[in-house]
This record gives sequence, C-alpha cells and structure tokens, in this order.
Amino acid sequence: MTSQTTIQSGWIKRIEPWLLLAPMLIVLATVTAWPLARTAYLSFMHATLDAGDLPRFIGFRNYLALMKDGDWWHAVRNSAFFSATSVTLETLAGVGIALLIDSQLKGRGALRAVMLIPWAIPTVVSAQMWQWMLHDQYGVVNALLIKLGLIAHGIAWTAGTGTAMAAIIAVDVWQTTPFMVLLILAGLQIIPRDLYEAAKVDGAPGWAQFFYITLPLLWPTLAVAILFRLLDAVRMFDLAYVLSSKSRETATISIYARQQLVDFQDVGYGSAVAMLVFVMISLVAAVYIQLTKIRLISE
Amino acid sequence: MKRLTKAIILTLLKIIVVFYTVFPFYWAIVSSFKTGSALFSVDFFPPIDLTNYRDLLTNGNFLRNILNSAIVAVSVVTLSLIFAITSAYALGKLKFRGRGVVLAAILGASMFPQIVVLSGLFGTIRWLGLYNSLGSLVLSYMIFSLPFTVWVMTSFIRQIPAELEDAARMDGCSTWAMIWQIYFPLLAPALASTGLLAFIASWNEFLFALTFTLSDTVRTVPVGLALISGSSRFELPFGTIMAASVIVTVPLILLVLIFQRRIVSGLTAGAVK
Repeated sequence: MTSQTTIQSGWIKRIEPWLLLAPMLIVLATVTAWPLARTAYLSFMHATLDAGDLPRFIGFRNYLALMKDGDWWHAVRNSAFFSATSVTLETLAGVGIALLIDSQLKGRGALRAVMLIPWAIPTVVSAQMWQWMLHDQYGVVNALLIKLGLIAHGIAWTAGTGTAMAAIIAVDVWQTTPFMVLLILAGLQIIPRDLYEAAKVDGAPGWAQFFYITLPLLWPTLAVAILFRLLDAVRMFDLAYVLSSKSRETATISIYARQQLVDFQDVGYGSAVAMLVFVMISLVAAVYIQLTKIRLISE
Repeated sequence: MKRLTKAIILTLLKIIVVFYTVFPFYWAIVSSFKTGSALFSVDFFPPIDLTNYRDLLTNGNFLRNILNSAIVAVSVVTLSLIFAITSAYALGKLKFRGRGVVLAAILGASMFPQIVVLSGLFGTIRWLGLYNSLGSLVLSYMIFSLPFTVWVMTSFIRQIPAELEDAARMDGCSTWAMIWQIYFPLLAPALASTGLLAFIASWNEFLFALTFTLSDTVRTVPVGLALISGSSRFELPFGTIMAASVIVTVPLILLVLIFQRRIVSGLTAGAVK
C-alpha cells in the first residue's frame, strides 16, 4: 500500500511539470515552431496566393534567385546600417543620460518619469509625430533650422536620398534611448557607492572611475540591453513602413519580406526571404552571445 | 566656484534632455488643436480648439479601432498571464529534467522575428477561420507576449522563499491550490507590472495587425492611424492624425507614470539579474 502510493506520487511528480507547462507549450508551438516549419517548407515551393495555383516543389531555386536579387541585398545593407548606427547611438546616449540622471539625487525621480514618455508612445504614433515635425513645407524642424539660418529652404527629410535613413535612425534613437536609460539606471544602482569613495581617496580622476569601476560593473546589464535592442533593430518594420513607406532607399529586410509575401503574393519567394531573415537574426544573436559571454539562463 | 559651474552645466544638460524627450509629444498636442491654415504656422501656444477631436470621435472608425485594440490587448494579457503563472511555477519551483531546454526554448522564442512566421502563420489563421478577425491577432500576439510573461514571472516566482511552500505542503496543499491560493496573491504586484508591459506591446503591434486584418471595422489603432489620410490629396491630415495620436497615447503615458516603479522592476526582471 505505502509503496504503491510512493510509486504513484513519484510518477505524478515526474509528469506534473509537463502538465503545468503543456498549455503554454502547445500555444507557443502553434505560433512559432509550426509556422516556422511551414515557412521553411514553402520556401522550397513555387507558391502564390491564387486559389487555382497549387504549390510545386522547385528545390533551392527561390534561394538562388534571392542571391542575385539586388533589392534584397540593398535591404540587407539598410537593415545592417540601421541596426549598427541606431544601437550604437542609443547605447552612447543611454549611458550618457543615465549617468547625468544619476549624478545628482535632486530630480532623479522626475527625470526617470520623463524617460518613460517616449518609451510608452506606440511606434506608429512616433512615426506620425516625426513625419509631421519633419514635413518639408510645414514641419517645425525645418522652420527652426530656417530661422537659425542653417538652411535656406525646407528639406524633405523623410523622402530625400540620404536623409530618409537618417530620419528613421533619429526617430528610433528618440524613441528607444529611454529604454536604454531605464535599464542602465537599474544597473547603476547595483554598483556599491563605497567603490567611488575609495577611488576618490586614491585620487582617481572622473574618467578613470568611469572606465575602471562603472563600465566593468555595468557591463552585464549593458550587454543584455544591447542584445535586446539589436534584435529589435534587425527586425525593424513599422518605423520605416510608416515614415517612408516602401521606398527602396529605406526598405529593411522585414519590409522586403512582407512586400514579396503580401503585395506581390509570391509566397514561395517571400518565405525564402523570411528564412534568410531568420538565419541572419539567429547568427547575430549567436555571435553576440558568444562574443560578450553573457549568461542569459541562470543555474 | 568650480562646484557651482558644474552644477549649472549639469542642470543645463538635464533641461536639454527633458526638452528633447518631451518636445515631440508636446508638439503633437499643440498641433492637434490646429485646423486648416493654422497648421501651416509655427505657433507654440495656440488656442485650444477641439474640432479635430470632435471629428474623430463622431465619424469614421476611430472609436471602433480603439475598442478593437482594447479587446485584443486585454484578451492577450489575460491568456498570457494564466499560462505564465502555471508555467512559471513549474520552471521556477520544480526540479525536472528538460527544464533548461524549456527555458532556452522560451528565450529563443522571445527573440523570434515576427516576419519569419508570417507566411506560415497566415496558413494556420486561414485554416482556423480567423483571417480578418480579432481572433487572428489574439492568437498571433502570443508569439511575443507568452515568452515575455513566462520569463519575467519565472524570475519573480524564484524570489519567493521556499519555506512558504514547505509549510503549505505539510498542511497537504495540492500543487494546483498552491499555485492559485498561495503564489497567485503573492505575485499580484508582479502580475500587474508584467501584464501592463504585455498590454503595451499588444496595443502597439503593427505588422500582424496590418497583415491579418483587412476591413476598417476589424482594424486596431496602429493600423488605423498609419492609414489615416485627408479627404482630398491636398488637405493635410496631420491635425486629425495628431489628435488621434494624443488620444491613443495619453492613457498609456498615464498608466506608465502611475505604475512607474513596477514597470521599471518588470523591465529589469527581464533583462538584469
């Protein structure tokens, strides 16, 4: 009798975690693993959304065509440039602003609250707000620059060659630097204050304190924050879509993939694009995690 | 003297940061009060005129879009939190083989680019008969909401001391009762902050909403807002767009400011250990 119950409770104990996890794992598989497998399958097909047109297997032909597709490589360059520039600027500005907020006790709470405002604004809303501020004829940015005598006529920031990408980066920096600031501020709280006291006693100048105390101790937080931003930036879609529509000048890899899938209804080719996006993002994450040696899972 | 200059410089820098952070939203509010030719002039303190707001709320699908967004976001948050609590208990409090693998899978899913599943998910959604309905969004938003809530709740549940559970076990408490009667109340504050962050993410989502819904009446706010245009090609729709932007954003900003501390702890629980 007793051994019976122990065996039974041992058995229940073993499957209990899986029973608790099952609903979540099933839903997660339905929206990730299964569609991913389907996208992979479709990427080897000639498939369109036409009802009469049945998918047929064409091997690697979608991928081969993609290798020679200039627009695709242009989108890759756009995404790479956007990610590298915006994440670098956000990290530098984030560290700077966080240190500024942390420098004095006075006003720290209020400044942190202010930081939450751009972060809470939906991306589409920020895109529209800046679209209006950067308007070539009636935008406030052009009006101010003309008043200051820096430019003679209004510039069509979001439409011009060279300025469109800069505009998108500027909006992204405005919108997501606060996220960096909040995470870095939390990281700064962990650094023991007496380390700075000791450094001051030893006569270490401000820059030395930053490079030998702040930065090394902040690094674990910073590395994770940069990873999050980087993954977000590589897959960026909404900002470029709303700010400069689908112009080739600023199309990111996500925009290009959706264009093939939805606008051109070329499901096979679009799926091949999507698979390459997946491979690229996985590579970025893997290389980054290797290089920084961050540990995301404890124990 | 040197100290005073330093204090002045720091204060000046802070003013610049605040101006840079807040001005765009201020400009949106100001512009939302302007109609017609007033939009063409750079006026920082215009009279308050609510014409744009009245237009938005009385005609068009704007209110319907807001309602859609709210329905989707609330459903996504409720479902994710229910799944997240039981999962977080298993992942944070039970020892079993495969735990590391599940955690890694969830972390991997949280980095998943949405565009990758677009074509595969489209098939599933059509097969389930959810295309062009709010259900398609509730289902597809699980892709970012579920990994995030499970991950954050797991890190919160781990911080609860084990003694509590041991005592409840002594009294013959079952696992199910343990989760809902002991952990649930303890986790309420964490659930609020995690739920709020998941709510904001769902409220703001654009790619799936643009792709899986078609009719004006099923659209959510971000898609509606991206597609607003003037009644003629020559009319600037920015007054209306800014009014819509303000309506959509003010509740979020208020929520975020009220739950400030919780939000920061929710954000850092996901990122900092």
